[in-house]
Amino acid sequence: MSHYQIEANNITFIYPDGHQALKDISFTLSQRESIGIIGANGAGKSTLLLLLLGILFPNEGTISVGGLPVTKKTLPHIREKIGLAFQNPDDQLFMTTVYDDVAFGPRNYKLNEDEVEKRVVQALEIVGILHLKTRAPYKLSGGEKRAAAIASVLSMHPDILILDEPTNALDPKSRRRLINLLSTFNHPKIIATHDLDMLFNLCERTIILKDGQIMADGLTTDLLADETLMTLCNLEVPLSIQNCSTCTYKHML
Amino acid sequence: MVNIAEALDNIRLLDALGEEKSTVHALHPLAKLFVTLVFLIIVISFSKHEISALLPMVLFPTIIITLADLPVLPLMKRVLIVLPLVIGIGIFNPLLDHRPMVSLGAITLSYGWISFISIMIKCLLTVITSLILIATTGMTNIALALRKLKVPKIFVLQLLLTYRYITVLMEEVILTTTAYALRSSGIKGIHFKHWGSLLGQLLIRTIDRAQRVYTSMCCRGFDGNYNTGTMPTLVAKDYIFMLFWTLFFIITRSFNLPMLLGTILTGVYP
Repeated sequence: MSHYQIEANNITFIYPDGHQALKDISFTLSQRESIGIIGANGAGKSTLLLLLLGILFPNEGTISVGGLPVTKKTLPHIREKIGLAFQNPDDQLFMTTVYDDVAFGPRNYKLNEDEVEKRVVQALEIVGILHLKTRAPYKLSGGEKRAAAIASVLSMHPDILILDEPTNALDPKSRRRLINLLSTFNHPKIIATHDLDMLFNLCERTIILKDGQIMADGLTTDLLADETLMTLCNLEVPLSIQNCSTCTYKHML
Repeated sequence: MVNIAEALDNIRLLDALGEEKSTVHALHPLAKLFVTLVFLIIVISFSKHEISALLPMVLFPTIIITLADLPVLPLMKRVLIVLPLVIGIGIFNPLLDHRPMVSLGAITLSYGWISFISIMIKCLLTVITSLILIATTGMTNIALALRKLKVPKIFVLQLLLTYRYITVLMEEVILTTTAYALRSSGIKGIHFKHWGSLLGQLLIRTIDRAQRVYTSMCCRGFDGNYNTGTMPTLVAKDYIFMLFWTLFFIITRSFNLPMLLGTILTGVYP
């Protein structure tokens, strides 16, 4: 059995319209590791996440999660191991109350209602929105929706967390609260994002994608500070380590 | 645009009402579904010229609305939505059937008018009672009750997902029509030239959105079974509720209660 949580070997994916989204991608995610996946729009970040969960299947190459190969047969186990928080929390919240949304996953795994309740309360407490459990999801603010979406994933007790643009459309305070929350999780994480400053706080390792290929895989602090590499990948050095235009002080993290 | 936003709020209001707490909400979903089905069948079974015998059926929605503390006006507004359709069905009756049936002083009501009024009452009763069922039970619990009644899983799932798809569709309609209105320099509504492309866009966008929602469901173990928690068991109050109302409906259907009451009170026998 592999000691890696996720192992992707030479995966290539071509959409039915012929667009090659990923080409020869290989990487591993080990226990307690957090990886940031960055890249310009259309670089293949979201496609990669969908492949990891078996929502799409690679044309070539293999993916295994916790030693299990991702196939149609193993999907229920794979999806129990990986929790994916979608880019738009509205896609994830479709029940009439926050409680029912968070309980949706555990109920699908046929847990008894006492256990479901325990998990829901625990997940809502972790993200700090237990008081919203009876509220309708559409009435929540952006930050609360994001928290509810993450709770709906946590209630399944996943081994690995995958987050697609978690700070997207959040105000600065909600963004900071979310980053603080995510930093308390011990799960191995994969975070696809454009929020490069967040990566400094959450991921020690980063993979940079360009046109469906891995351009770099290494320490976040090294890669994100590499101006040449970032420019080549249509990215920018994060604001937090750019030279201050007024005092020329470089805020290195 | 505003109308669609209002319609979306309407659906959400029913969902919100379904989460309220009251003696009616506390009843078993199966009991409420059963009584509603019996009510609908009995109301429809009245002949088109029976109005007085039908009137006691009004008691059921009235009592439930009161006990469940439901807002009357929003419910009535929703009933009005189907009224044009019913008027369309019944409006020809007074025109085609002129035979006199009842004389109230100088006014003579024809068979046509009586059947038209009967259709209207039946419509109001059936629609409002269905709305009351959703507002006191919630769509998810209704689905659970349907499964208990051995309705095939595929139909129940279809019902639930369609109900959810309506809100997805409406949200996309609001976004699309807002974007259109902002760039259409004061043109009212949507120009017919743009109907095709707009509808096409809407279809594609809602399918995309529905696909994402479905994907998120699959990621959380959805396998075609809509698990919404355990169903409570039927208790004494649920049986009493079912028995009382079923008996009441059967008695109302078997005897013309208003006429019987009038006869007893006035002592005048027809």
